[in-house]
Parts: sequence; C-alpha cells; structure tokens
Amino acid sequence: MSVELWTWTMVFLTFGLYVGIGIWARVRETEGFYVAGRGVPAVANGMATAADWMSAASFISMAGLISTLGYDGTIYLMGWTGGYVLLALLLAPYLRKFGKFTVPDFVGDRYYSQTARVVAVLAAVFVSFVYVIPQLVGVGTVFARYLGVPSVTGLWVGVAVTALFAVLGGMKGITWTQVAQYTVLITAYLIPGFAIASILTGNPIPQLALTFSDITERLNQIQVELGFTQYTQPFQSFDMLNILLITACLMFGTAGLPHVIIRFYTVPTVKDARASAGWALLFIALLYTTAPAIAVFARYNLINTLHGKTFEEVKQIDWVAKWERTGLLRFVDKDGDGKITVAPGRAFNLIPGTNRPDFNSPNEKSKNEVFINNDIIVLATPEVAKLAPLIIALVAAGGLAAALSTASGLLIVISSALSHDLYYRIINPRATEAQRLLIARFGILVAVLIAGYFGQNPPGLIAQLVAFAFGLAASSFFPAILLGIFDKRTTREGAIAGMVVGLVFTASYIIGTSYFGMPRWFFGVSPEGIGTVGMLLNLIITYTVSRLTPEPPKEVQELVESVRIPRGAKEAHYH
Amino acid sequence: MDKAKAEAYWRANITLIRNLLIVWALVSYGFGILLVNLLNNIKLGSLPLGFWFAHQGAIIIFVILIFIYASQMNKIDQQFDVHE
Repeated sequence: MSVELWTWTMVFLTFGLYVGIGIWARVRETEGFYVAGRGVPAVANGMATAADWMSAASFISMAGLISTLGYDGTIYLMGWTGGYVLLALLLAPYLRKFGKFTVPDFVGDRYYSQTARVVAVLAAVFVSFVYVIPQLVGVGTVFARYLGVPSVTGLWVGVAVTALFAVLGGMKGITWTQVAQYTVLITAYLIPGFAIASILTGNPIPQLALTFSDITERLNQIQVELGFTQYTQPFQSFDMLNILLITACLMFGTAGLPHVIIRFYTVPTVKDARASAGWALLFIALLYTTAPAIAVFARYNLINTLHGKTFEEVKQIDWVAKWERTGLLRFVDKDGDGKITVAPGRAFNLIPGTNRPDFNSPNEKSKNEVFINNDIIVLATPEVAKLAPLIIALVAAGGLAAALSTASGLLIVISSALSHDLYYRIINPRATEAQRLLIARFGILVAVLIAGYFGQNPPGLIAQLVAFAFGLAASSFFPAILLGIFDKRTTREGAIAGMVVGLVFTASYIIGTSYFGMPRWFFGVSPEGIGTVGMLLNLIITYTVSRLTPEPPKEVQELVESVRIPRGAKEAHYH
Repeated sequence: MDKAKAEAYWRANITLIRNLLIVWALVSYGFGILLVNLLNNIKLGSLPLGFWFAHQGAIIIFVILIFIYASQMNKIDQQFDVHE
C-alpha cells in the first residue's frame, strides 16, 4: 500500500474514533460541558492535559526548530515544560479547591469586581484565539502533503471536525477524545524515534542514544567541517539575557494559559489536581525528551542525505520530490557544480517584510543551496530514515491529533468565557441552563469559523502569534492568580491596574517591534521574551497599588483562606 | 479549624514550595543557562553536562519535583487533618 493510502486509512480511523467518543460523551448540563462533571481520574486528566497542551507547535515544529537552533532550542524544551512545576505548586490545587468553571470566574470572585472579570474575559478570549489559529494552519500543512489537497481545503476539513466534536461533547467529550488523541500522538512520535535511534546508534531508546552514543559528537564534527558552529555550542541565535527571558516567558505563560488551567477543575479532589499535574508533565516529558534526540538525528540524516550529492540523484528520492512540490523544500545551484552544498546562512533572500523565502532570489552571500522549512523536519524524518509507509501515515495522524486536541481545548475556553463569564455572569444572570449551553455551542461555531478565516489569511508569522499568546498569558493572568492565592492583601484596584499595565506594555512592545519597526528598546529583548518583563511589571504594580488601597472585604479574605485548605473541594462548587 | 493550626499548615506548605522552587530554578536557569559554559567542561556520557541539563536533565527533574510535591503535600494534609 502507498503512503497516501495508508494515510487516508489512518486519518479515517482516528477521526472516526474521535467523533465516536464525542457522540458517546454528549452532555446536556453545563457542569458536564465546562468541567466534564468533575469526574475525570487524575491519570486520564494528565493525558488529556498533555494532548491539550502539546499542539501542532510541539509535535510538528519543535524538533525542527531545535534542529536548526542547537543548544538555543532549549528555550522551547525547558520553557514549555518548566511551567508545569509552577502550575502544580502554585496554582492548580488552589484553583481546584475554588471550584468554579473558568479562569475569569476566579479573577472576578477573588477581586470582587465585574471590571476585573471583564478584563480576564478579554484576555482569555484573545490569548486562546491567537493560539488556535496556528493549530488550524498545522492541520492544513499535514493534509496538504499527505492527502494531496490544497492546504486551504485541509484547513476547512480540520475546522469542520474540530467544531463537530467540540460542539457536541463539550469538556466531557473533549477530555476522553484527548485521551485517545494523546495515545495516537505519542505513539506516532515515539515509534519513528525508536526506529531512527536504532538505525543511527544501535540503541533504540532515543533519550539514551542521545546521551550515551557518539551521535552528537559526530554531528558537532560535521557542523564544524561545513562551517557551522558546534551543535552543542550555546548562545548562537540568542544571547544569554534573551535565552533567560524567553525561557521564563514560556514557563510563566504556560502556567497562565487558561486552557491548561481549567483542566485542573475537572478532577474530583485537590489531591487529584496535584497528582494530575505530575502525570501531565510525565506524559509531556515523553515527547519533550524525545524531541532533542530526533532533532539531532534529523539534522545528521539530512546533512548526510543531501550534502555533496548531485541534484539529479537527490531529486529522485521520493520524499524530496513530494516536499519540493509543497514549496517547503527548495534547492538552488549557486556555484554551478551540479552538487548540493549545505552551509550556514539562507539559501534564498526573504520576501521583504516576511519570514518567507523568495525562490526567485538566491542569496549570494551564503554558499548554502538548500531551503528547508522547519515544520517539515518531523514529518519528513521517518521518510528520510526510510521507515515503513504505515509509520509515516501514523506520524501524519499524530500531527493531526496534536493540532485538533489543542484547538478543541482552546475553543472550550473561548466559548465558556463568552457564554458563562460574559453572558451569564454579566449580561443575563437569569439565563437558564439550556440558554447558556446554546450560547456556548454557538460561541464555538463562530469562534472556529473566524479562526479558520484567519488561518487562511494569517495576520502574522505563526511564531510571532504564539509568542504573543504566551507573553499575554504570562503578563496578565499569572500574577493575578498567584497573588490572589498567596497574598490576602491584594485588592481589586491592584489586580486590575497590574493586569492592564502588564497587557498594554507587553502587547505594545510585541506589536511595535514585530509590525511597526520599533527598536528593541528594552535592553534588546526580543518580542518572544518581553512577557517576562510585563509579568514582573504587573507583579510590582499589583503589589504597590494593593498596599495603597483599602484592604479586601472580609468574605474575600475568607475565600482566600478556604482555597488554601484542601478539605471540602467536592462540595466547594455547590455553594 | 483554629487559626494557629491553619497558619502552621500554610507555613509547612510554603516551606515545601520554596524548597522545590529553589531546585527548579537551579536546574533550569542555573545549570541550563547561567552556568552552561562552565558545566560544558564536564561530560555526561558523550554530551556536555550543561547542554544535557538544558535539553534533557531539567525536564526529567521537573517531573520528579511535581511528584515529590504531590506526595509530600498528601503527608502534610494528613498531619494537619485537612485531607479530603
């Protein structure tokens, strides 16, 4: 059977499974829709959180990015995992004890203010919306290559499936679908990892192969021969300050992302919330410790497959021909010797104002003759290593699972922010359960259609959009929730001032430096890392303003005391 | 629950969180970034140690930290009789 046929089969089977689970777990009451009836076991919630969290960026892009960044890729590795320690220790158990439905619920109640609630709703919707767009683009990329349809068609197929089971199932359906999606995506990631590790090093465990075989030493040596710096050499793409700030921004952003936080509302007890954060990170770590190994294998294999070969020879390789057609892989013979040179620098000049290469304009300043889009590295690696078509199809299904599971988690946040926090808590407190569910489902539909439109015409680079989402989450929610639990004296005036300043500072720096040519005036900090500064600013302002304003009412101080004690979490949400 | 006991429980909680966060910061920002060049003079298997912390070690330690937190907190909950 061909790769394409296998892919169709695999995608059909897995999608059927997801939709089946969505229909099986259909819900009719709001508690089931928003927090899965609070009956999710800790291990299952860990898997669902892992699938929710690991998006197209983790599955499709990350190993490719690390592969080109070398050591500096640690910003993603440590940044996207370290936040779970913060979540587990500082937020998850207390938010579970608080026991409402959404993040704006906590902010609104803790800060006894509808203004604070509205700020939180706006931030939650914006962060989730910005983050859902790249997921849909990821779906489009996978379909474009393996199903041989245009990426726009792939995008809308993905939109339809996501909408179908998110609308039907709500959080309950999504939770169990995400458990299935985690299983698909981790299998799809690990099997090629095992296979390539065995082929290249003789040791099938990628993590051990990376540390104990000589593969990285060999890669370091080849890199130096071709004029690159050593793969393991730190601070080549970013200086130390930026590495520190970007890593921190991704960590604190992770801990502030509403779609991750609300997963801890779905378990029965505080004890389960703590354990489930551990399970989540364990399941995430399976992929995140495999990724740096795959990055090294992929780079080693690609250089060996391409460098010094003739163009005719390379173009006969099946995967090269197919990826070339998508425009994500291109060659140019600059020195006219008929052979491919891999070297530092860009093969092509960029289209002005974008990060996309202009294939009609070879960059004469570099000897490099190959352009490879980072996003194809994970998808192409099994083919580069000549693995069976079944495994290649599995990787495609895994990429789709990663993108769809995150997209549906984000859509639930958007719809609950609109129907629960905005409509029910602010506009119409007398709304019936049926009305609220209708608005929630309608909200998902509208959100996914708008996100699909933006996925078709992205308002900026995907990496910028993701940086935007993390920077905003770190600089808005994290301090408000942290101080809300750990500092009884924090007042509504403090929290609102902090959130607004954090958001405005971070958003204007990112928009200014990315789109309006503003210099990186804050110690040369890149827009990806500025969220850390916005978060510190938020903390300082919240703390100071809180000390200057009257202390919070007695019942709010009692609320803070009660979230600190685990007992009674099962009952907490009924009063 | 009386006030003194609640405060003692909260103090035990804060101490545990503080200690674990010190380790968290040390393995990631400390060993993985600030001291990376120094640690790269040492090898773990065939990898420079600083690089290993940045790409593998810190992540493994993060997982262990959360499970230590969960089990220690369960003990503290029992000790202060606030468990569910």
